[in-house]
Amino acid sequence: MSTELPEPPSKIELKAGVGGGGEIPTFNITLRVRRYLPETTAEAYWEDFKLTMYGTDRVLDALHKVKWDHDGSLSFRRSCAHGICGSDAMRINGRNRLACKTLLKDLDTSKPITVEAIKGLPLEKDLIVDMEPFFQSYREIMPFLISKGHEPTKERYQSVEDRERFDDTTKCILCAACTSSCPVFWTDGQYFGPAAIVNAHRFIFDSRDDAGDMRLEILNDKEGVWRCRTTFNCTEACPRGIQVTKAIAEVKQAILSRTV
Amino acid sequence: MSKTSSGTLYRGHEGMWSWVGHRVTGVVIFLYLLVHVLDTALVRVDANAYNAVISTYQTPWMALGETGLVAAILFHAFNGLRLILVDFWKQGTKYQRQMLWGVMILWVVVFAGFAIRHLSLAFGGH
Repeated sequence: MSTELPEPPSKIELKAGVGGGGEIPTFNITLRVRRYLPETTAEAYWEDFKLTMYGTDRVLDALHKVKWDHDGSLSFRRSCAHGICGSDAMRINGRNRLACKTLLKDLDTSKPITVEAIKGLPLEKDLIVDMEPFFQSYREIMPFLISKGHEPTKERYQSVEDRERFDDTTKCILCAACTSSCPVFWTDGQYFGPAAIVNAHRFIFDSRDDAGDMRLEILNDKEGVWRCRTTFNCTEACPRGIQVTKAIAEVKQAILSRTV
Repeated sequence: MSKTSSGTLYRGHEGMWSWVGHRVTGVVIFLYLLVHVLDTALVRVDANAYNAVISTYQTPWMALGETGLVAAILFHAFNGLRLILVDFWKQGTKYQRQMLWGVMILWVVVFAGFAIRHLSLAFGGH
């Protein structure tokens, strides 16, 4: 039987209180969540949660804390929790943001932080909306490569400049923050919405794609790009920093000039 | 306003509020034109009735109303030019905010000029 060797003492001298997790500043916040529980109440209502959070926490961490420690019935979507999957778009202090990319310390913690579901899509429960109308518009613009002629045996080459042309709109994660920030979309559910136009832009200006004209025809509609009233809410809401209104303007111009 | 209604209002930036302003002024101008077309059309029906209606345009209340109307038209016109630039000028989306400030400055200057002249004529005695 070997005797257990005691762990040698660390060679690095650490001052007391440094190195652990304890020194991250904590603060108290009030999280004001717009609750909607269709099984029990017909009306949505505000519910306040008093929480002690860390300086490194995001709004999503606060929602987790509520769900795990306070009220398990709170419902919201999130998957990766790192700003890639686009599941947790919600209205934070009145503006569309991803809960996983919004640090609590960047908000005014002296006042209650309001969290609501995104606007313009059917509310199902608490912060969860029915995303189907959003994805319906997305499917309609055919968000996939369409090419004529023979399939190349190797990769499809593209110059750096041609790739750069639509680089901005490749960043979309389909979180619906833009579409659900659009005043036109709130009142006119038929409007394609910024996200669908952004994803059409991604293929319209792709030199490898041959169906640009078809997509422009789809968007040259009463409910297409011409519904855009350039409020810039979408550009401001996009968690990926896509210049959404600019992309829509480019599609408008392309429809008029048909230079693609 | 109660907490409920303030919470559900979307907090947009300049772009959204300029759009709200554009809508409101657009509706105001439309309503004015509707009434104005009707009162002008009265001349075909009865000249006296037309004169009676048009004479109400001389009242101080109408002078204030006209000032408001010109304010609405000026904003709608200048912001309309901005919107055309946002859609069709390559740098338009980049400078939309600065262009809105330009619209507001132009609006203040032109409207102040009009209001001084119009109101002094309307209220400055005969």
